Amino acid sequence: MSTVSTVVVLGALLVAVTSSKGWPEVRDTFFNPSDFADSFPQVLEGFWLDVRMFVVVEVAVLALGLAIALVRVSSTPALTPLRLLATGFVDLFRGVPTILVVYLIGFGIPALEMSGLPTDPVILGGIALTLSYSAYVSEVYRAGIDSIHPGQRAAALAVGLTERQALRFVVLPQAIRRVIPPLLNDFISLQKDVALVSILGPLEAFRVAQIEASSNFVYTPLVAAAVLFLAVTVPLARWLERMQRRRMER
Amino acid sequence: MSAAPVVLEARGVTKAYGDTEVLRGIDLTVRRHEAVALIGASGSGKSTLLRCMDLLEDIDDGDVLVDGEIVTEPGVDPVAVRRRLGMVFQAFNLFPHLTVLQNVVLAPVRAHGVPREEAERRARELLARFGLEGREDQMPDRLSGGQQQRVAIIRALAADPLALLLDEVTSALDPDLVGEVLVLLRELKERGMTMLLATHEMSFAREVADRVCFLHEGRIVEEGPPEQLLASPSHEATQRFLRRLLEGGRL
Repeated sequence: MSTVSTVVVLGALLVAVTSSKGWPEVRDTFFNPSDFADSFPQVLEGFWLDVRMFVVVEVAVLALGLAIALVRVSSTPALTPLRLLATGFVDLFRGVPTILVVYLIGFGIPALEMSGLPTDPVILGGIALTLSYSAYVSEVYRAGIDSIHPGQRAAALAVGLTERQALRFVVLPQAIRRVIPPLLNDFISLQKDVALVSILGPLEAFRVAQIEASSNFVYTPLVAAAVLFLAVTVPLARWLERMQRRRMER
Repeated sequence: MSAAPVVLEARGVTKAYGDTEVLRGIDLTVRRHEAVALIGASGSGKSTLLRCMDLLEDIDDGDVLVDGEIVTEPGVDPVAVRRRLGMVFQAFNLFPHLTVLQNVVLAPVRAHGVPREEAERRARELLARFGLEGREDQMPDRLSGGQQQRVAIIRALAADPLALLLDEVTSALDPDLVGEVLVLLRELKERGMTMLLATHEMSFAREVADRVCFLHEGRIVEEGPPEQLLASPSHEATQRFLRRLLEGGRL
């Protein structure tokens, strides 16, 4: 039954789109097989940069996000200045659109003309994404830490652990397990958002596709870029779902 | 018995949460090998008193003494004090992400610096002695409530505490699971473990406790040997409390 209804709905959609007036034009500019084949190698090469950026930024985000969350949940009076700083950081980078952060860091830092600061747009873009995503991810971690029952901390202290050990051995392992699904959601979101770095000029997939598209007056290279992103995010999403399901069953 | 040294002591301990005074000047001593039961209505301050004795809560005034030393002074490291005491909670508070064995050895290894192998050997011995052999590698949620609470008691015993603080350890259990936990506590009492326990199991208080303290509105209004206090209480609040229990069929 579900198969039949799926085929009917998708078939109807397909017919509706392909019978539209502009479809032949769209097909030739967006879904042209020879344009696809021509541009694919360059777009793929650009995509490799996306993948590398994504991996490095994700690792940095997981670490920085956790550090910010730990500062924010701490209760030591001595850390109050740091706590205010962390709160300000989260407000700032969560409140400003990611594309603006990329712009401001990508063009603002080099404009300072200070020696020692990076000027490579890939690095600057990576820093911007790290800042923006760390703000989000730190909130995910914090929600996880706050969700652990206070009795767990009490029990950890009661057996003689220090506050720090209680956090490390009792609270954090449980908190992180609990927030894996939302973390993975942000993980996939970041995987796409690396394309924002294109506005600074590095030849990543979207940028390459744009150049190819505008030099040949076709949009097929952009579709090629979209296909590449999907080729990573969809299997990633499925794999993560399977992992979660296995975790639930245990 | 009264010649034995005092292990736990509260002197004029007060504690308030905001405007609510929970403890209004508690004086209490527990001597070595003694079992003292705290009884009283819920909200009378039993749990808070236990948490204050373990330094899990700051007190507002008065002193807590462990082994004759004041531990509620600035400069005293609360972690070192807690390492010498064992605490068992009403809701077990086992670490759900760790196996039974890992729950028991966490503190000996991390807080007391016992080599892991030795800690595990000792943990296995304790688990076996209290009927939990074969459960070592299970996660706590696979165990019954009674088994979980026994694990929690063993976890508190793992580091050879000076005294055990027990907070309503049977009240989250199904009635048919209470027995196995009480058997364990009775055995600990026979072995001479010093215990301060909040309970609403009057039969257990009568059987195990050397002394019963009745808490009412943050004060110990009456204390004495269980047979005397439970049978012929002299304070009016105690009489009312015990009469209500009797009517509820809990005595």
